[in-house]
Amino acid sequence: MVRAWRLYAAVAAGGFRRYATYRVATAAGVFTNTVFGLILAYTYIALWDERPGLGGYDQAQAVTYVWVGQGLLAVVAVMGGGFEDELIERIRTGDIAIDLYRPVDLQAWWLAADSGRAAFQLLGRGVVPMVFGGFVFQLALPADAWTWLAFLVAVALGVLVSFAIRYLVALAAFWFMDGAGVQQLAVLAGLFFSGMTLPLNVFPGALGELARVLPWSALVQVPADVLLGERTGFALLRTYAFQAAWAVGLLALGRLVQSAATRRVVVQGG
Amino acid sequence: MRSTHADTGVTASDSASASDSDFISLDGVEKVFDVRKKTGFLRSERRQVRAVDSISFTVSRGEMVGYIGPNGAGKSTTIKMLTGILTPSGGRLRVAGIDPSRERTRLAQRIGVVFGQRTTLWWDLPLIDSYRLMHRMYRIPDARYKENLDRCVELLELGELLDVPVRQLSLGQRMRGDIAAALLHDPEVLYLDEPTIGLDVVSKVRVREFLRDLNADRGTTVLLTTHDLSDIEQLCRRVMVIDHGRLMYDGPLTGLHEVGESERTLVVDLERELPPIDVESARVVKVEGPRQWLAFPAAQSAAPLVARIAAEYPLVDLSVREPDIEAVISRMYAGKATS
Repeated sequence: MVRAWRLYAAVAAGGFRRYATYRVATAAGVFTNTVFGLILAYTYIALWDERPGLGGYDQAQAVTYVWVGQGLLAVVAVMGGGFEDELIERIRTGDIAIDLYRPVDLQAWWLAADSGRAAFQLLGRGVVPMVFGGFVFQLALPADAWTWLAFLVAVALGVLVSFAIRYLVALAAFWFMDGAGVQQLAVLAGLFFSGMTLPLNVFPGALGELARVLPWSALVQVPADVLLGERTGFALLRTYAFQAAWAVGLLALGRLVQSAATRRVVVQGG
Repeated sequence: MRSTHADTGVTASDSASASDSDFISLDGVEKVFDVRKKTGFLRSERRQVRAVDSISFTVSRGEMVGYIGPNGAGKSTTIKMLTGILTPSGGRLRVAGIDPSRERTRLAQRIGVVFGQRTTLWWDLPLIDSYRLMHRMYRIPDARYKENLDRCVELLELGELLDVPVRQLSLGQRMRGDIAAALLHDPEVLYLDEPTIGLDVVSKVRVREFLRDLNADRGTTVLLTTHDLSDIEQLCRRVMVIDHGRLMYDGPLTGLHEVGESERTLVVDLERELPPIDVESARVVKVEGPRQWLAFPAAQSAAPLVARIAAEYPLVDLSVREPDIEAVISRMYAGKATS
């Protein structure tokens, strides 16, 4: 057990270092996030000027939401760019065969690698846009460390849910020759339902209800709400339970699909 | 020492302890794939392809065996079944007493695999990072890991490459890196699928020397598939030839010549230009001034032939050329294809 942890810790460290080697890509990503953050922030300001208190946020909270979203964009890989590209490529080329004869669990391996990636993205691409946003705008950031800690836990759970979704998307490549179509659909759904484009609180009626219970809301909306102090006490625990339930459910589904996919490869040669 | 075509059904046991003579054993192993072919809109035809068709052989512990055949012959399919990545459709297969497809993870600790055209290394990270991962993945004791790594680094000359990201390595360097990665956990069996593909001559020699030493020093059992027959000539005393999923030859490399009806060539230099030499048991295939080329069956000794010629003709010099194994095998394929 302890030894297994050491392996996955090593894999996660590898994932971290791997993304750390792409310094230019990271800088470009930070720049893009910052520019998008600016555009969105001014759009939100205009929107909240017209409709103060929209979705229960005041203007400072709305702008904070923008920068939290930009900071988390790469971490929870809303636009893709995580392990899934590589996994899909390995399935397509048949390199997945190599992964299968190793004495490791496929899902745990990729989860570890993706956690390493997310940890790097949080530091490499999350901090700078947030700090920049803080300089340019009046942000509604919490003063106490506990809220920040609660936020980090929500982010970690969000990464887990995000991984579980992307793992399923990647495994689709076992059945579809080209994984790109499924991947694009997933990105579109993620951009909308995570709350990356607009906070889910803003959506009215049934659409809003639906959006708030779908797993994607665990990626951006939930962590942002935690940071904005919208979920405290018992509500915070319920929020965590919501994220954890999706994570467990989707990871379990991923295992089922994985064993079906493995059987397919093992019998049919991939 | 070596048992070819041993009746494995009698000797092999299901226990984890395989005897040394049938360390790897296949008995009537088959692999059938369903291939769907589109024949029209929404209509498709189902066809079965026998990639491996009732193959039986055994490999003893410490043997080094060449496994050759043309593209699509079923070599890689066999290797994949031996690693447990593919389940056989029929027959019985054991590696070190383990049923590979059932206990893939347990077997993984005991085998090493190198796919020449794929890499197990982490593309974006320095070579050493991949090795550290192997260390954890195979739970190699620290001292053992260090010892094996040092040995591989020395023999495969990886010292300067350890800190280089894998994507920056040349093909030969990467291959050496992959071979080291497959050996850090002291596997008892090493499967090599085209280990010298695309390598330059120097790299090839280095890889071969390493494999020879590994087999000699550690007694590692090696199963080698390759297109490059000189790999086999340099490394393996035993060779198996597979085509259309069937084992066509299993025996010593030299015996391949008999099966392939190959011929050796005797090159004779005479004192002067003469009409073609007339001896039974050999025929002249070429004449160029005083030099003549005679072909005779590879299985036959050259001595009596040389004695006859020396007695009847003014002989100045002679040499014997061994047949080209590549030609032998292609003749074998051609023969079976038409028969």
